[in-house]
Amino acid sequence: MSRTVTFLSAALLTILSARADTLDVYTYESFVSEWGPGPQIEEAFEARCDCTVRWTAVDDAAILLSRLRLEGGGGDADVVLGLDTNLMAETLDLGLVRQHGLEDLEFDLPVSWSDPVFVPFDYGYFAVIYDDEALPQPPASLADLVTGGSGADLIIQDPRTSTPGLGLMLWMKAVYGDSAADAWRSLSSRVLTVTAGWSEAYGLFLEGEAPMVLSYTTSPAYHQLVEGETRYRAAMFEEGHYMQIEVAAMVEGTDQEDLARDFLRFIATPGFQGAIPTGNWMYPVIDLGDDLPDVFRELPAPAVSLLLPPKDVGAMRRQWIDEWLEAAIGE
Amino acid sequence: MSSPGLELDGIVFRQGGWTLAADLVVRRGELLALIGASGAGKSTLLSLAAGFERPLSGRILVNGRAVTDLPPASRPITTLFQEHNLFAHLSALDNVALGLDPGLRLTAADRRTAQEALSRVELETMAHRRPGKLSGGERQRVAIARALVMKRPVLLLDEPFAALGPALRRAMLDLVSRLARESGLTVVMVSHDPADARRIADTVAFMDDGRILLTGPTDSVLDSPVLPELVRYLDPDSDPGPP
Amino acid sequence: MVGLRPLLWPGVAALIASPGLAVLALVALLDAAPPGETERLLDRYALHVLGFTVLQATLSTILSLVFAVPLARALARRPVFPGRGIVIRLFGIPLVLPAIVAVFGVVAVWGQNGAVNAALGKAGVAGLGPIYGLEGILIAHTFFNIPLAVRLLLPAWESIPGETWRLAAQLGMTSWPIFRLIEWPRLAEVLPGIAMLVFLLTFSSFTVVLALGGGPGAATLEVAIYQALRLDFDIVRAVFLALLQVVICATVAIVLFRFARFSWSEAGAGRITMRPDSLGRPGRIGDALVIAAGIFWVGAPLAGVALSGLNGPLAEVLARQDVWLAALRSVLVGLGAGVVAVMVGLLLGATSCDLAMRRHRRRLADVLEIAGSQTLIVSPVVLGAGLFVLLLGHVRVFDWALPLAALVNGLVSVPYVLRLVSPVLRRTAAHHDRLCASLGLAGIRRIVWLEGPLVLRPLATALALATALAAGDLTAIALFGTEREATLALLLYRALGSYRMDEAAVIALLLVVVCLAIFVAIEGLGRVVARA
Repeated sequence: MSRTVTFLSAALLTILSARADTLDVYTYESFVSEWGPGPQIEEAFEARCDCTVRWTAVDDAAILLSRLRLEGGGGDADVVLGLDTNLMAETLDLGLVRQHGLEDLEFDLPVSWSDPVFVPFDYGYFAVIYDDEALPQPPASLADLVTGGSGADLIIQDPRTSTPGLGLMLWMKAVYGDSAADAWRSLSSRVLTVTAGWSEAYGLFLEGEAPMVLSYTTSPAYHQLVEGETRYRAAMFEEGHYMQIEVAAMVEGTDQEDLARDFLRFIATPGFQGAIPTGNWMYPVIDLGDDLPDVFRELPAPAVSLLLPPKDVGAMRRQWIDEWLEAAIGE
Repeated sequence: MSSPGLELDGIVFRQGGWTLAADLVVRRGELLALIGASGAGKSTLLSLAAGFERPLSGRILVNGRAVTDLPPASRPITTLFQEHNLFAHLSALDNVALGLDPGLRLTAADRRTAQEALSRVELETMAHRRPGKLSGGERQRVAIARALVMKRPVLLLDEPFAALGPALRRAMLDLVSRLARESGLTVVMVSHDPADARRIADTVAFMDDGRILLTGPTDSVLDSPVLPELVRYLDPDSDPGPP
Repeated sequence: MVGLRPLLWPGVAALIASPGLAVLALVALLDAAPPGETERLLDRYALHVLGFTVLQATLSTILSLVFAVPLARALARRPVFPGRGIVIRLFGIPLVLPAIVAVFGVVAVWGQNGAVNAALGKAGVAGLGPIYGLEGILIAHTFFNIPLAVRLLLPAWESIPGETWRLAAQLGMTSWPIFRLIEWPRLAEVLPGIAMLVFLLTFSSFTVVLALGGGPGAATLEVAIYQALRLDFDIVRAVFLALLQVVICATVAIVLFRFARFSWSEAGAGRITMRPDSLGRPGRIGDALVIAAGIFWVGAPLAGVALSGLNGPLAEVLARQDVWLAALRSVLVGLGAGVVAVMVGLLLGATSCDLAMRRHRRRLADVLEIAGSQTLIVSPVVLGAGLFVLLLGHVRVFDWALPLAALVNGLVSVPYVLRLVSPVLRRTAAHHDRLCASLGLAGIRRIVWLEGPLVLRPLATALALATALAAGDLTAIALFGTEREATLALLLYRALGSYRMDEAAVIALLLVVVCLAIFVAIEGLGRVVARA
């Protein structure tokens, strides 16, 4: 009986209280899953901050923006981790994040980076991952993918909720421009399903529901390193691949400003970055030297790296999503 | 001598803890009234005759032919119930015609036959009305018309006129009695009221607790009852004995 | 006599609490819709979502009825067979099963890695395709609505008088004429109502479509509202879709209330009538096959939930603190919803009874009771979206996730309370008003001595039902909840979404056990108290 009471009060305390020295980080699900980088990063940061990191994970990163807007600065979040360059402008315009005030951050990125608000924590290139055994002849270009459909064999994510989904939408926009909607109409015939998040899509792909899934050029590294499996490969496209730089920022309504700043600084250190390649299966934003597994150096590099300016994306995202919605539902 | 119109021979039927055991002979063309308190088993006896219930043992014969194992539709017997004799969404004519073809695939001759039957019950002008637009008496007359077109020699009346007023009930009894005699039908009529029996029945059978205690000519049975159960049934006040 | 005034205010209060809230939510939605954007909103996407919603609801309705009619007929033709009572009870389970649990059961049986595909694989036959999309939605919807329709249809058969069957036997009617001349006319009376009800339920389906739909191409209005609000923060679109939903549901519901005739009497008591077409061997085999198919369709997903759960990592999942916290939250939402439902229902019932029995304003009373069923029109998602928009910027909505979920769920269950309590109140008024007047028994004393004890049992049943339903609900908590405030239903949805099927299996079973325990506990308590 007394044990039940203890348990219940502990439970109630957990529900009701947020301890003062808790850093609340909003992120996406795969980041904090047991095989993601979250647990290792949490341990490393807690060891030096004397605080507790509390993760809040949503299905996928694009939801983070809606989530912050819905909370209107009234939520628990101190740090938001998982937005990308495509969502930066909107997040900033809505006043949801604040400047970090860190000046000495240095990154090893394919683009030069200096931003007073957003701290990059990894990057990669979107790619269609295919199962070599189910699909011996993968598409060699985005045009192949768009026009070569003969059945529902591709799983993608929803650009409203997922940054890979948003990435594909912008990839199509970067390649097809004003005729992107027509390309989508053609592509949608081979889309098996549109999931809300990356985890769900990749899970479906591994279950064998479809031979292709939208993910990253770095995804095969996981299968090679962890499973010794080479059947999952990235289809490299002639037109190039859209780049994603994932970022973190301090939330406007934070009540842990110092702790949040410490965390953002921690991002650019090996303690955080070391968990990225074999946790999030993305490229780190600093030079890890020999700590970067060789597999990552052997991965195919995109012929062209595509990235639309954040301001353009910020201004057009809503309109492009409407356009996508109309096209993606098929004929 | 010809065989009886309807014969129940050593019928035994059990339901729950209650047992019905009966023998009954109804002569061809005879009109027999089955009287007795409610719960005596009168309706069950009709159900057994019609084939709605199966007896444990015993035989049922119509005009000397055993029908015990036949389904209701194959027995030369029709029944008039107290209510629900008609289908509410079919016209009077169609309800009659069901007696000619249960799937209502009708020939012109069938329609004429049904129309003639309606004339015999004086409903020729109401052929196209649905039961909802007919009075209680008219509805039962449609059912009688159907029984006529089925041309089955035995007609069972399970209190079809009990819900009608006294005058109308007497008129209906007279009608059914006249039509039955015209067509030579053997009739068994269940009744609560000895006056109904007196009005049209040749013979009366008295049932009590699952048994037929007495069968005889209407007048002699009803006018000078000797059997204590019958006396009590006819006039409960006359015998203040134990219940 | 009980005065008018004291019995009108409860109804007014309840009206404010229930449909009033819905109206408020609608006003909030209208208020949030900026002018001039309608062109963007009535685009191909909106029309597609509307089209898909209508399509899946229509197909769900047709399929449910096409299978429910022969199934109900087979059950009606076999009023006595061993286990018939169990079958009827089995068909009652989907009505109270949490939708997300049913989704798990359907996936466990019909999914790519489900039992059916495993069996087909063993037999060397090509497996079933993916379940996500329209197919999955239809399987889940028929799982819910075939048994519902059967239970609503059975009274139609049972209302056919015994004489009719005897007449049919005497006339020698065979199966087809019996169906055409006896059964169909009865069915024709009730089928439109049942069809409209099933259409309305599947039109507003949220959980099934959320979990089994395949992206923007397979979303109902309800899911699209949720996506626009929670995932896309496209409040304008959410508002527009919500208004579309309300207009269509209101239209269907008005037709339903106006024309539909069907009884909710205790179905399946199995009045024993001998049917002439029930004796032949082909009929016997046919009925057995139909009933077996029905048992399989409804029973397999239920068995899937039970077996997968018991074979899952029970110890591992049940040792997790977050699972038990989620269970605790489910119970809290359930209890809150139960209290809301009972209070609003009781107040509405009392006033409607007063109007009908003492003021002879039967029509007004009926309107009041129909107002209690407003969640058929203003669906939980629309109600929730309205509340969300209303509160946005004023309070931290996510901090109020559990109370808001309880409130929305409570209002959804008001019709059950009314259905159980209202007849008792009216009967009491009819039987005892004069006696009470002559004894001077009124006010609180009358409630304590008369209504209280009589209403206690049905009230406990209503409370138990509302609590159990809310404890298993995903709709409101998906709208208001966050990962921090996850209930069991939300945990289950997330586990399903990430293909952690082993974990999902245990959570699904736990959720069923929790809901069942709540129901049995409250109902039993009501019985004990009523006897005391």
